[in-house]
Amino acid sequence: MLKYVIQRLLFTVVVIFGVSILVFVITHLIGDPVKAMLPLQATDAQRAQLAHQLGLDKPIWQQLTEFLGNMIRLDFGVSWWQQVSCLSIVLSKIPTTLVLVGVSFIIAIIIAFPMGIIAAYKPDSLLDRILTTASLIGICLPSFWVALMLVLFFAVKLGWFYTSGYGTIRHLVLPAVTLAVVPAGHIAQIVRFSMAEQLNAQYAVTARAKGVKESVVLVKHVLKNIMTAVLTIGGMDLAMYLAGEAAAVEVVFGWPGFGSLVVDTISRQDFPLLQAEIFVVAVIICLINLIVDMLYAYFDPRITY
Amino acid sequence: MSETSLQDLKPIPSPGRQIYKPKGIIRFFARFKYNKIALVALIILFVIFAISIFAPYLAPYDPAKGVLTERLRPPTLERPAGGGFPHIFGTDQQGRDVLSRIMYGGRVSLTVAFTVVGICFIFGTVLGLISGYFGGWVDMILMRVVDVVSSFPGLLVALAFVMVLGPSERNLIIALTVNGWMIHARMARSQVLTLRESAMVESARAIGLSVPGIVFGHILPNIISPLITVFVLDLGHQIAAEANMSFLGFGIQPPKSSWGLMIGEGRQYIASAWWLVTFPGIMIGLTLLCLNLFGNWVREEFDPLSRKQ
Amino acid sequence: MIQNDRENLVVVRNLQKLFPVKAGFFGKARSFVHAVDDVSFSIKKGQTMGLVGESGCGKTTIGRLVLRLLEKTSGEVEFKGKNIFNLNKLEQKQFRREAQLIFQDAFSSFDLRKCVGDIVGEPLKVHGLASGSELTDRVADLLKTVGLKPELMREFPHTLSSGQKQCVGMARSIALNPEFVVADEPISALDVSVRAQVLNLLKDLQEEKDMTYLFISHDIRVVRWLATHIAVMYLGKLVEYAETEELFIQRHHPYTEALLNAVPVEDPFQRRERKILLGEVPSPVDPVPGCRFQPRCEYAVDRCRLETPPLVEKSPGHWVACFVDFHGAGDFS
Repeated sequence: MLKYVIQRLLFTVVVIFGVSILVFVITHLIGDPVKAMLPLQATDAQRAQLAHQLGLDKPIWQQLTEFLGNMIRLDFGVSWWQQVSCLSIVLSKIPTTLVLVGVSFIIAIIIAFPMGIIAAYKPDSLLDRILTTASLIGICLPSFWVALMLVLFFAVKLGWFYTSGYGTIRHLVLPAVTLAVVPAGHIAQIVRFSMAEQLNAQYAVTARAKGVKESVVLVKHVLKNIMTAVLTIGGMDLAMYLAGEAAAVEVVFGWPGFGSLVVDTISRQDFPLLQAEIFVVAVIICLINLIVDMLYAYFDPRITY
Repeated sequence: MSETSLQDLKPIPSPGRQIYKPKGIIRFFARFKYNKIALVALIILFVIFAISIFAPYLAPYDPAKGVLTERLRPPTLERPAGGGFPHIFGTDQQGRDVLSRIMYGGRVSLTVAFTVVGICFIFGTVLGLISGYFGGWVDMILMRVVDVVSSFPGLLVALAFVMVLGPSERNLIIALTVNGWMIHARMARSQVLTLRESAMVESARAIGLSVPGIVFGHILPNIISPLITVFVLDLGHQIAAEANMSFLGFGIQPPKSSWGLMIGEGRQYIASAWWLVTFPGIMIGLTLLCLNLFGNWVREEFDPLSRKQ
Repeated sequence: MIQNDRENLVVVRNLQKLFPVKAGFFGKARSFVHAVDDVSFSIKKGQTMGLVGESGCGKTTIGRLVLRLLEKTSGEVEFKGKNIFNLNKLEQKQFRREAQLIFQDAFSSFDLRKCVGDIVGEPLKVHGLASGSELTDRVADLLKTVGLKPELMREFPHTLSSGQKQCVGMARSIALNPEFVVADEPISALDVSVRAQVLNLLKDLQEEKDMTYLFISHDIRVVRWLATHIAVMYLGKLVEYAETEELFIQRHHPYTEALLNAVPVEDPFQRRERKILLGEVPSPVDPVPGCRFQPRCEYAVDRCRLETPPLVEKSPGHWVACFVDFHGAGDFS
C-alpha cells in the first residue's frame, strides 16, 4: 500500500515536471510576452528594458533551470498582470471553485442514482428509455449552452435567480445545476448499465432466494459492486472540472473561481500565473486519482496495492 | 486417401468470435434491424454533414453580410421586407441570417473536429500498433509517455498553446491534437495485445509473412471496429472541445464562425434575442447525441463481448 | 542422443527457453519458468518423432522453437545443417517455406474475415508462387488433397465443421510443400468421430509428400500409431527416447511407465495392476535441483534429489535420464 502511494507520488512528480517543462519551453520558444505586454508603438529600448526586467533576455536553458529551481521551492514568481505572488492568487481561487463543483456533484448524485436505479429495475421499459435518453442528452449538451438556457428561463424570464455574481445561495443554484448535468448523465448511465448486469448476477439471486430484502440486496450487495465503475467516471468528471473545464460556465455566471482566472490569464498572457495554475491543477488531478484508487480498494476488497 | 471423406460432414455453425460477412451496403444496413434509433442517428448525421459540406449551395444568405435594417429579427416564416428566404432562425445583431451562419458554422466545427480526430487517429493508431506488436522497451517508453501526457490538464495545455500561438483555426487544431492522440494509441495497443499472441498471428508468421504484412493485413482489419468506435465518439468530444474554446474566444475567430463562437457572440443578447444562442446549441447537442448513439451502436454491434445476451 | 548423420533434417542441441515471471513496477523478472531445459534430439528425414508429456511440460514450446516462432534462451536448432537462429532474411523466408506448423485449433489460427480460399492461398501469395487463376487452381488442388470439395473455397471458416476446419488448416500448412511439419496436438480439439480421419490424412500426406513430422501430443496411443520414434518429456526435460516399438516393449523411466499405465485398456476383462501417479506436477518456476520427477517417483533414491540425471544410452538407440535401474514390466505392444 505504502509502496503504491510512493509510486503514485513519484509519477505525479514526473507529470508535474513534464507538463511544466513542456509549457515553459513552448511559451518561451514560440511566444513573445514582451510584444504582448507593451503597446504597439513601444520603442525597442522599452522592449529591451521590459525583457531584462522579466529575465527574458537570458538564454532559454538558464531561464528553465531557474524556473525549475524556483518551482521546487513552490515559488512561481509574481504575476505580470496583478503584481502578486502567483501561487497565492491561484490558491485563493480554488475554494470558490471547490464550493461550486462540490455542490454540483451533490446535486448530480442526488439526481443520477435514483434515475439509474429506477431504469435498471425496469430494463427496456418506456421509463427506462426515457431516463436513459435523458441522461445521454445531458452528456451531449454543451454546458455553457445549458448555462445560458437556464439564465434565459430562470433568471431573465422568471427572475428567480441572479444571472451572475457570487455570494448568496441565489447566485449558486444556477451554476451548480449547470455543472451537475454532465456528471449526472455519466453517473446515471453507468449506474443503469452496471446495475442491469449485477441485479441478475448469481450472488444477487442467491441473496433474494435466502429471503434478503430487496432494499438490502440493492444497498449492501449491488450498489457496493458498481461503486468502482461510478467512482471511475465521477473521478474523471471531478478532475476535469477542477482542471478548468468549468471555465465557460464560471464565465457565463461571473463566478470568480479558478476557471474564470484561467480565462483571464490567457487573455492577459500572464506566463508565470499560467505555470502556477498548471502546477496546482496537476497536483489536484493526481490527488483525486489517488483518492479514487484508495476508494476502489475500500469498495472492492480484491484490489490491493 | 482415407476411406471416409470429410466432405460428407455437415457444416456446423460455430459460436464464438465475431464473424465478418462479405461487405456490402445492404448488409451494413441490415445490421440496424434491432436498433432503429442508431439508424435514425446515422441519417441525421448524414444530413448534418451534407448541409455543412454543401453550405455554399444551400445557405439562403451570405453568412458574413448583414442587412442593417434587419437586425435582431426573431425567427419568422414571413419573407423579409426586401424579399428572399424567410429568416426562420432569426437574424443576429448585424442583421445576418442565423440559419445561414449555422450552416457555415457547422462546416468549420466539423472541419476542425474531423481534422483533429483524423490526425490523432492515424498518429495514435500507428503508435499503438507499433507499441503493442513489438512490446518490450519500445512499448514501455511509449506507454509511459502516453500516461504522462494523459495526466496533463487537457484544457489548460490547449489554452497555453493558444496563448502563445495566438487564437486561430490552425492553432486550435494543433492544441486539440496535442491533447487528443493518446486515447487512440491506448485503444490500438490494447486491441493489438489481445491478438499479438493469438494463433492467427502465429500462423501468419509461420507462413513467412512480414511484420508489416501481419500488422496491416491481419491485425488492423480485425481490430478496426473498436478503433472506429473510438473515432466516432472522439469526433463528438472534439466538436465539444472546439465549441468550448471558441465560446471562450480562444478558438475560431470572427469573421469566420462556428457553433461555439455563435453562442459566445450571442451571449450578450441573451435577454433580448434568445434565438442567437439557442439554435447553435441545439445543433451541437444534436450532433453529439447522434454521434454517441451511432458510436455506441458500432461498439455493441461489432463487439460480441458487450452485446446484450 | 544426436546421431551424427547426414540424413538429419532437424538437430536440436541443448535447447533452453526461460520465460520471465514479471514482478514489480518496471517489470523486472525475478524468476523464470523453465519451459524447455537443455533438450537435445535429432530427426532424420522421413521419420516422425512423437513428443509426449503432460500439459505444461514444454512440448508446445519446443514445437515453436524449432520453427523459430519463439526465440530461444540458449542452445541451437539446426535445420538442414544451418542454425535457424542465424538466418539472414532470404534464408529465413526459405526456411518458412520448408518448415510448417499444424495447429491444435486450426479455427483460431484463421483470419475470420477471409474465406477458405484466401486462407489456404495466402502462403502461396506471400511467397509469390501463384496468383490469379493459377492460385485458384492450386488452392482447389490443395483442398482436394485434404479431402475437401474445392467449392468450399468461397465459404467462410465458421460455416465448416470442426473436422473440415482442421483440414483447411492442414491444406494451408502443406501449401508450400514443406519438408518438415510440426503437428501440435492436431487432433485433440476434434470430436472423437473425426480424429481417425484426420490422423489417416496426416499419414497419407506424409507418404505422398515425403514429409518429416514432429508430432506433439499428450496421448501416447495417438503417437504410437504415427511415430517412428518417441520422446517423453517431463517439466521441460527429455526423460526417455527410443524407437516406438522398443518403447512399448521396454521402458527405463518410471514416468514413461506411468504414462503407459494411464492408458485405458479396450478389453474390460483384462485387468492389470494400474499405477496412478500421485501428486501434482510441480511448478516449473525455478524448479528444484535434482531429477524433476523425483517428488512423484516411488523409486527415487537420495542421489535423485541432489543431481540431475543426464540422458544416457541404455541400450542402442534407447536413451534414458534416470539413475535408477528401472525396467518397465508390462508389455504394451
